[in-house]
Amino acid sequence: MTVTEPRERKELPRLRVERRTVVLTVVLLALLLGLALLGLCYGASWSTPGEVLAVLTGAEHSVVILDWRLPRVLAALVFGAALGVAGALFQNLTRNPMGSPDVIGLDAGAYTGALVALTVLSGTSAQLAVGSVAGGLLVAAAIYLLSFDRGFSGLRLVVIGIAVNAMVTAVNSWIVLRAELEVAIAAVGWSAGSLNGVGWADLWIPFTVIAVLLTLMATRAHAMHQASLGDAIAVATGVGLDRLRLLMVLVGVGCTATVTAVAGPIAFIALAAPQIGRRLAGAAGVPLLPAALTGAVLLQGADLLAQMLLAPVALPVGVVSTAIGGCYLIWLLTKEVGRA
Amino acid sequence: MTARLTARDITLRYGDRVVSTRLSLDVPDGAFTAVVGPNACGKSTLLRALVRLLRPDAGQVRFDDREVGGYPAKALAKQLGFLPQDPLAPDDIKVRQLVGRGRFPHQSLLAMWSRDDEEAVTEAMAAAGVEDLGDRPVQELSGGQRQRVWMAMVLAQRTPYLLLDEPTSFLDITHQYQLLGLLARLRDEGRTVIAVLHDINQACRFADHLVAMKDGRVVAEGDPADIVDAALIKDVFDLPSVIVPDPVTGTPMVVPTLQGE
Repeated sequence: MTVTEPRERKELPRLRVERRTVVLTVVLLALLLGLALLGLCYGASWSTPGEVLAVLTGAEHSVVILDWRLPRVLAALVFGAALGVAGALFQNLTRNPMGSPDVIGLDAGAYTGALVALTVLSGTSAQLAVGSVAGGLLVAAAIYLLSFDRGFSGLRLVVIGIAVNAMVTAVNSWIVLRAELEVAIAAVGWSAGSLNGVGWADLWIPFTVIAVLLTLMATRAHAMHQASLGDAIAVATGVGLDRLRLLMVLVGVGCTATVTAVAGPIAFIALAAPQIGRRLAGAAGVPLLPAALTGAVLLQGADLLAQMLLAPVALPVGVVSTAIGGCYLIWLLTKEVGRA
Repeated sequence: MTARLTARDITLRYGDRVVSTRLSLDVPDGAFTAVVGPNACGKSTLLRALVRLLRPDAGQVRFDDREVGGYPAKALAKQLGFLPQDPLAPDDIKVRQLVGRGRFPHQSLLAMWSRDDEEAVTEAMAAAGVEDLGDRPVQELSGGQRQRVWMAMVLAQRTPYLLLDEPTSFLDITHQYQLLGLLARLRDEGRTVIAVLHDINQACRFADHLVAMKDGRVVAEGDPADIVDAALIKDVFDLPSVIVPDPVTGTPMVVPTLQGE
């Protein structure tokens, strides 16, 4: 062993990436583009891929494709990625595959905030966004305080979060029941999580917010993986743990709440995407990029199914994601209980 | 004797449980310091305070002229390496990846993985005897293999100070002596080692400086040959014994006089 570090100039930085991760990324991206194209083709009248490409390149013009289908497809991809990352962040924080925002009540809390903005205030999109973030943060703080007992335990947080989720969901029903009929109908249609009727006007702010949050988190992903070695190693190798955790909570809640403000609480994408992405990538821990890509694929796939299943009636995408994700959660619960 | 890493009158506690009151310790530079004492005497807690994992209620832990808590996180991590008792391996991580995590303080967003990192990892794996395990998932390894992988991770950090909490646990006797020999070699190369050890005879044989703790206090410290006698062992461990010279090295060897029945 040498005592001192070699003082020679360092080589140009290069990323050491597992080949399997690269392959997976390419495959998921291809799948994602395929599903997106399908989403642009599918609708009340089928457009051929050739027509869609012509519209996208500007050779032709189509209101249906550009202003109806494209925002919906982009919303599914971006929101799916945001939910996947939010799930990965909370699964890293809790060190538990069940510790995702939708399971521990952050979606429900964000939805409460949005409902309050809708029923008490006038329900502009800015109010909805702020209400969602505030609701999500409040629930996150409540769960953290309730589960903090001389130290932090991921499993305890998850169990308490599941209970909080049930309570907050009940509060949400109560708010809807007391609301005026028109507001209640709007709220219920949205309560399952839906991309029906999403247009460009709804998307600029959430896209910007999500882009900022994800970029911020990407710069700290390395530290997040280091923190998965346990608090002691993380601190001893130079991770600023308190600041990192705060950032992870803020980004996780921010992504969840932003999506909820526009599309309602879309369940199970955040739960399933990080674990599916992790297994596909064969990566250590719960990495963010596979979670984001898998989330985008899952949500776009679920939204296509939601449009096709009872066509011409479009289901809320949350119904589909809950049906698929519910089965996954049952499987996960039996596995986790078996391990405990 | 100089000491860059010092604890001055520190009070340490977990919640309501006070572990140490007004504890002081100088970690001698370039020496192998062994901390011994009965279970729950505050050895690990002291180590955790030295690497700023636990903030003292009173008093100060300093490295050079600054409190350890006052350093930028990565700057201190380039000086002090720490092996805790309970590190966590992420699911599905491979040995070489885990050892590579020791390079974290030397990396930044713009310099993720350099040739220095590669070299440090290869060297650390060879030193810890895990060079053949590189592609194995950590969770499939035995306890002893895993312990050596974690040791390699700390070595890859290439810090002048190594603080190790029971580095020999889970190791079979051969690997225990190999690890202690490695630590002595690192000391000879100029590094400072401070390790919590369970086996007092190993501590006497390998350490230059022995710190005996009991009930959160330092009962005695110094060259093992100067401080280890039957009275100290009786006091610290409540164990009657005779002290004989180690037949191999001549250092003190504790032979307990308790017998069966």
